Amino acid sequence: MDTNTFLIQVLNGIQYGLLLFLVASGLTLILGIMGIINLAHGSFYMVGAYLAFSLAQHFGSLWLAMAGGVVIAVAIGLLLEWLLISKLYHRDHLYQVLLTYGLILIFEELRSVVFGDDVHGVAIPEMLRASIPLTETLSYPVYRLWMSAVCIVLAIGMYLLIQKTRLGMTIRAGAANREMVQSLGININLLYRLVFALGVALAAFAGMIAAPVASVFPGMGNQVLIVCFVVVVIGGIGSVKGAMLAAILIGLVDTFGKVLTLQIGGVQLLPELSGMMIYVLMAAVLLARPQGLFGKGG
Amino acid sequence: MTSHLLEARGIHTYYGASHILHGVDFSVRPGETVGLMGRNGMGKTTLLRSLLGLTRPRHGEVRIAGADMTQAAPYAIARRGVAYVPEGRGIFPNLSVRENLVMAARAGSGGRRDWTFERVMQTFPRLAQRLRHGGAQLSGGEQQMLTIGRALMTNPDLLILDEATEGLAPKISREIWGIINQIKQAGIAAVIVDKNFAAVSAVADRIVILVKGATVYEGASAELRAQPELHVKYLGV
Ligand SMILES: Nc1ncnc2c1ncn2[C@@H]1O[C@H](COP(=O)(O)OP(=O)(O)OP(=O)(O)O)[C@@H](O)[C@H]1O
Ligand SMILES: [Mg+2]
Repeated sequence: MDTNTFLIQVLNGIQYGLLLFLVASGLTLILGIMGIINLAHGSFYMVGAYLAFSLAQHFGSLWLAMAGGVVIAVAIGLLLEWLLISKLYHRDHLYQVLLTYGLILIFEELRSVVFGDDVHGVAIPEMLRASIPLTETLSYPVYRLWMSAVCIVLAIGMYLLIQKTRLGMTIRAGAANREMVQSLGININLLYRLVFALGVALAAFAGMIAAPVASVFPGMGNQVLIVCFVVVVIGGIGSVKGAMLAAILIGLVDTFGKVLTLQIGGVQLLPELSGMMIYVLMAAVLLARPQGLFGKGG
Repeated sequence: MTSHLLEARGIHTYYGASHILHGVDFSVRPGETVGLMGRNGMGKTTLLRSLLGLTRPRHGEVRIAGADMTQAAPYAIARRGVAYVPEGRGIFPNLSVRENLVMAARAGSGGRRDWTFERVMQTFPRLAQRLRHGGAQLSGGEQQMLTIGRALMTNPDLLILDEATEGLAPKISREIWGIINQIKQAGIAAVIVDKNFAAVSAVADRIVILVKGATVYEGASAELRAQPELHVKYLGV
């Protein structure tokens, strides 16, 4: 692999990792702070992608589609938390798994009824359609760079929100002692509703910006969900910082895993190996740190 | 209209099938300091939790500043001017000392902002030196001061302290009692649960004693001090 290909793979790996982070950060917050195992989180990624697809057709602009899509996603998040998720806080994880798995089925069915089972494409907005030439034969698409930049901006925004604002302090406090937060006069149910909606919006937004490069297809949410759970476990449950590091790691390992197995002797040796790489990484991390990279001990 | 800040009547509280509180009446007037005493397991914490909406009484009524708060959410009860320093302290170990305080800041009833961050710092100079430390890095006494400081940041009319000096060295204990006195002087009403009769009776205007979830004594501190036979009977001292 020459330097340029290597560089491109690094960029791809980081970009994929950053995208995973958007989905996984919500997943880890909802699990770590609210104590909810949300299997439907991948569905929100899919919902985002289909919203981008349909709204872009309707508005004729992916930008407008994203703006409208985020508003709809927040509304979906608030509604779901209010109607369903809020009933799960005092329940066993089994109930949470059952209900959120049910949500996956409902979202898939709705998707099938409304959009059918075909694969759809979403066009890259005109202004980002260019590529940056690296060599005579290799170039890197501007849209992917833009995706990474947006993800980084959102990650910094989340860091500031959680670490520097009073809302963030309250969210962290709620993870440590829910009852005490309430006794200080804070409506924790409202707080959780906001956190859940934020998580839904981030996952949906990830689906929206990924739509032009990854296309829009049935089952796309479940694929992302599994990888994101790996990210959450490696990063440590509840840790946004851990999710960031783990997502980049997974992004790179997955990307290079695919490239490297292709390389061995020109024959595709054990192609399954590339798909397994991230689980091998997870197992290795868990052996050394059972609580994940940034998880609380114990 | 009553002149009570907090008024609970006929409180019956259960944990599952076990009947813990048997029709307790309990009230606090504005600015009044009430000592709540009793041996281990007599229901003091359960009564506080029942008042705060943390454990729902099955029967009875809780009124705070005139409003019926029996079914109100704990945050709504807190917002009527009640602050809670729980048994075991309840600091947020994953937040810094400063964050523990700042996240609680709120105007009190009628928009009062007597207790600012600066005033809490003056009251607890020990905390001022540890603002960047994580809550879990503090000593037991410092954690207790942090919880009291955090409660004050909400500008309460009523402060509820459950075993604030439990497990602390005598010197630190004295410091905490000094602070409780300052809070009393500031005109904040308080309910103090503590096993130290001398210290409670020195600061409390009135003392209530619980035995097996029922009130067996209620009277002025001075009155109870003059009846040592009751100390033996109800408090085991
Ligand atoms: N969560 C609970 N579930 C079941 N029983 C409980 C629970 N909490 C307390 N109890 C029981 O209720 C009774 C009263 O407990 P409570 O904690 O109110 O007593 P207390 O007066 O605060 O005691 P202490 O001085 O030890 O703090 C005790 O018999 C206790 O065992
Ligand atoms: Mg107790």
